[in-house]
Amino acid sequence: MTPTMPPDVPPGSRRLTPREARNRVLLYMAVVAIASWVLLPIFLIAVLSFTPREEFFGWPKPLIPSRFSIETMAFFVNSYGVLESTLNSIWVALLTIAITLVIAAPAGYALSRFVFRGREAFRLGILITRMFPTALLAVPLIVLYYRLGIYDTLVGVAFIHAAMALPFSVLITTSIFVGVSKELEEAAMTLGCSRLEAFVRITLPLALPGLAAAAMFTFVISWNEVFAAAVLTTQNRTLPAQVLANLRASQPYFKVAGGFFMTIPALIFIFLIRRYLIQMWGGAPAER
Amino acid sequence: MATVDTPVEARRPRPLRQRLLGTDTLLPYWLLLPSVLYLVLFFVIPLSQAIVVAFQDPDTGAWTLKNFSDLLRWDYKFKPALKWTFLLAVTIVPLQLVTALLVALLVNTRFRGSQLFLYICAIPLGLSDLAAGLIWYGIFADRGFLNSLLYALGLIERPVTILSYTQIDWLFGAVVVAEHWRATAIVLVVLVAGLQMISKDYLESAEVLGANRWQRLWYVILPLLRPSLQAALIIRTIFAFEIFAVVIALAGDFLPVLAERAYTWYFFRQNLQFASVYAVIILAISLIFTVLYLVFLRVREEERR
Repeated sequence: MTPTMPPDVPPGSRRLTPREARNRVLLYMAVVAIASWVLLPIFLIAVLSFTPREEFFGWPKPLIPSRFSIETMAFFVNSYGVLESTLNSIWVALLTIAITLVIAAPAGYALSRFVFRGREAFRLGILITRMFPTALLAVPLIVLYYRLGIYDTLVGVAFIHAAMALPFSVLITTSIFVGVSKELEEAAMTLGCSRLEAFVRITLPLALPGLAAAAMFTFVISWNEVFAAAVLTTQNRTLPAQVLANLRASQPYFKVAGGFFMTIPALIFIFLIRRYLIQMWGGAPAER
Repeated sequence: MATVDTPVEARRPRPLRQRLLGTDTLLPYWLLLPSVLYLVLFFVIPLSQAIVVAFQDPDTGAWTLKNFSDLLRWDYKFKPALKWTFLLAVTIVPLQLVTALLVALLVNTRFRGSQLFLYICAIPLGLSDLAAGLIWYGIFADRGFLNSLLYALGLIERPVTILSYTQIDWLFGAVVVAEHWRATAIVLVVLVAGLQMISKDYLESAEVLGANRWQRLWYVILPLLRPSLQAALIIRTIFAFEIFAVVIALAGDFLPVLAERAYTWYFFRQNLQFASVYAVIILAISLIFTVLYLVFLRVREEERR
């Protein structure tokens, strides 16, 4: 929406009018302000997590701690059940990834390669389940899980996490397979490969980076999920369930360190898969 | 290779795959089957189970509204929970829509660095609600950053207690700020995707016809963005009704909300009936908005033609 520029002049190489210069300064000021609003709380909790204990409770508290200290983080990591529940969380996330990919990848492949009756209905179902409050289904699942003997197990938590991650995974895998040229696969089939061989030898290797992104996205969903994990476990808790269960009785520094600890892996994975974030909620896979 | 010249039909004998899976016309259905089964299993069974537990007498198994009337009688926090959940939703969602729209328009000017900016704004998308609640707890707590900042600016002498059950309005405000910070990214991403789908031709035509920047925004961009705005609005509204961990982290159970009640009744009091009733209420609200979403989505399909 910037004022029309001559198309042959690359932006920035032309002297700006005072008005344009002022607008650009205003634009970047707004951008910096908004970005700070998003980043500052994360930065602050990181600082707080590495503040020495005496300064954490001291008053007046300096905005920047006098020294770097891992006391608070060490206290959190060594608290009862934290290490164990972190391992549980990782296990649940890996199980969720396994279930989700095995189920979602074929669906994504079908949506990317075939035109068939019911395709739009399926896509609509995926869009609806994507926004459904699936975690709340954990409450009615309690009875069923008891009956099946999977209450308070990591597998049980992974099952419902997979139900939450599946719609996203189908959307991601669809856009990934759309990105792998159909012609290459057809060429392989013309040269004598069956569809399965063509898939395994041509499409799958090309799709692997994208599938890794889908796996990371699933990891983030499972790692972050609080409600279902808290309701479906009593002993074998995931990390968020463990933190939540101890929240009422815990010290401020436990809460702060817990918040930061849970944030780190999510931040790393979200950075790695940033390209797919828009597709996940933009609705249409890359095809359109 | 010689096989390249062979006619396609004569390529090879009917393979095992075709005998097992039928022809290629059936293949997509086989590929979709696991997803469909899994989703049906995981939505239909718990949903029907929720209705059974919520509407049946736990002792006799007869269909009844007793659980609902018991809940009304015993849970004095039911009405506050309903009130606060609605108030939070009607406060947060419009705020998020406006902010996200402004930021999306900013991103859409495609300034240098806009992709990095969009990524930064999307970061909270990857945070759990519990972590986000705890992050803001670190800011709002008695010895938190807000108090330190106010002291450094010389505005206060001693820490001001923000998060206290005696000041429910402050708790509400803290939750609004934290939830706005955490969940605006979803709206933003939906709107950015919607803006990207608007063809440049419309904007260029409007410009040629002499429309200024505001006229283009008001008469071209916003009407074309309407489907995305509706989708974002409904998605966020559904999520707003399951607000949970942010509230727990900042306000404990002093600011009762529906999902927190479901959790509390099951987790601390082992009362599955009441927990199910709460779950059914939230699911019913979500279903209503899902139907709205479908209706609007149909409008969207027609508009596309």
